[in-house]
Amino acid sequence: MENIFVIAEHRQGEIRDITFEMLNLGNSLAKENDMTVTSVLLGKDTGDIQEKLQKASDRVLVMDAPELADYNADYYLAALEGIIKEKTPRLVLIGHTSAGMDLAPPLSVRTGAPLATDCMDVRLTGDTLEATRQVFGGKINAELSLKPSATYMVTVRPGCFPDAGDLGKSAETDTIPVPEWTNLRGRHFLEYLTSETEDVDIAAADILVSVGRGIGKPENIPMVEEFATAIGATVSCSRPVADKEWLPKSRQVGVSGKTVKPKIYIALGISGAFQHQAGMKNADTIIAVNTDAAAPIFSVAHYGIVGDLLQVIPVLTEKFKNA
Amino acid sequence: MNIVVCVKQVPEVSDADLEINRKGSDIDREDLEFEINEWDNYAVEEAVRLKEAHGGHVTVITLGDEDCEDVLRQSLAMGADEAILIDEDGFEMSDAAGIAKGLHGVVKDLSFDILLTGVQSSDNSWGQVGLILAELLGLPYASLVVGIEMGDGKATVFRELESDTQEKVELPLPAAMTVQTGINTPRYVSILGIKKVRKIKIKETDADELNLSEDEIGAEGSCVTSRKLVIPSIGGAAEMLTGSLDDICNKAAQIIQDKGGLV
Repeated sequence: MENIFVIAEHRQGEIRDITFEMLNLGNSLAKENDMTVTSVLLGKDTGDIQEKLQKASDRVLVMDAPELADYNADYYLAALEGIIKEKTPRLVLIGHTSAGMDLAPPLSVRTGAPLATDCMDVRLTGDTLEATRQVFGGKINAELSLKPSATYMVTVRPGCFPDAGDLGKSAETDTIPVPEWTNLRGRHFLEYLTSETEDVDIAAADILVSVGRGIGKPENIPMVEEFATAIGATVSCSRPVADKEWLPKSRQVGVSGKTVKPKIYIALGISGAFQHQAGMKNADTIIAVNTDAAAPIFSVAHYGIVGDLLQVIPVLTEKFKNA
Repeated sequence: MNIVVCVKQVPEVSDADLEINRKGSDIDREDLEFEINEWDNYAVEEAVRLKEAHGGHVTVITLGDEDCEDVLRQSLAMGADEAILIDEDGFEMSDAAGIAKGLHGVVKDLSFDILLTGVQSSDNSWGQVGLILAELLGLPYASLVVGIEMGDGKATVFRELESDTQEKVELPLPAAMTVQTGINTPRYVSILGIKKVRKIKIKETDADELNLSEDEIGAEGSCVTSRKLVIPSIGGAAEMLTGSLDDICNKAAQIIQDKGGLV
């Protein structure tokens, strides 16, 4: 039977949001193409997660083994290679996440399925798969067609589809026997590490003034701090600023940093890669300043200023000092 | 300890006005500047640091035409010892697997402990090449690496996960890793530094020499049968503040005040 596989993602007992976003996409593709949606769940003692998946899937396949408790490429690859080769799904959806990005490329080699990564939209048409993704730093969209194949593989960009939630389905769960582990490479999961105590909690701030690459050099940061003080804001940043250690990692907004939802978010010199947008797009009011009128940040901002933050900020700060 | 790093030259796009070519298949590259892919720059720096700490030899590889020598020269100036150019136009329409096969042709004959690539390239952003290469070589691997600690015959590797969390994994050597930005602070390369390495000969090879056929690389081997590029409409949602700098700042100040900023 032709169908759509969603590889369920979970960590430390919690199902990840991307799983329900993929179930949303999977269910709409299934409806359009008269297919079914199968959630594939690898893990150890995943009863609670199974229940949630049953409500938004037509079938749930479960493999339960201690080796699958935490994501590990060695065991996930061995398990999924077998399942995909045996069941030949039409499409395998995997999250474009730290786990999915690690898993999908080798899995595509092992199964021979053409892979399109970091997709924002996917369509099954006739015997091909069409996908939309971003290239050149998010400034260009690419519409791709893939060569005909029995099975396609796609990694789905987080935040592109709403949560499927409870679709009123009640899928049956089938347990898949644990295979003999072969082709292992000796990778061992050791532990999760969360960051040490932080100087400030940017997620708790009402107003954030966030700086990006456009700040140019660390010597310009005090100017932004002065502006933040003048309007009662906390200073946060995008990835390049944290990478360069101009501000601590605890100030970073985005997928690998913090998700924030302040009343006002002022993005200064931030181009707005999707990883950044995912961390701030739900702010009540977003004001963006950027020299590049084509910067993706303007697609999520409510107010935009095309200009150099180094010129704008001193003038804007004065407005509050004089008020 | 020997380290191999695969690097890519990419167009600098963050400050450029991009235009799409007539066929709609690519951007117009004529007026663009080219540079080493940001992730790869961190990978080269990490390789050189590992060499400095543990001894050994760093080899950098790229694939493209002879203009791509610049990224190899830059890597040599950062401290790499040897550079290999796969001089081949045939990869122009390759997918990630095609690029990985090209690199595999060279890397399979090298002796190394660690193979590094960047997590992804800023142009195509597939995030696939390093891991497909690892799979073709049958190596243990880890992606999104933000820290490497060397042990006896193994490495402890820190992977970046979501929400300010990391994962610690152990890999036996030889192993492949894809490097995330922020793992280190790449050293600055001066023009003088690049001049100093000008006498190092760059080894060249091509698809013929590597026994790669057209149906493995290039458009024929690619899983992508067509690609149409479009510039997305940006700023549709944003109200753009215009006028003199003073006007703009008055408007912005009013918005900040209305939405709850300090008066």
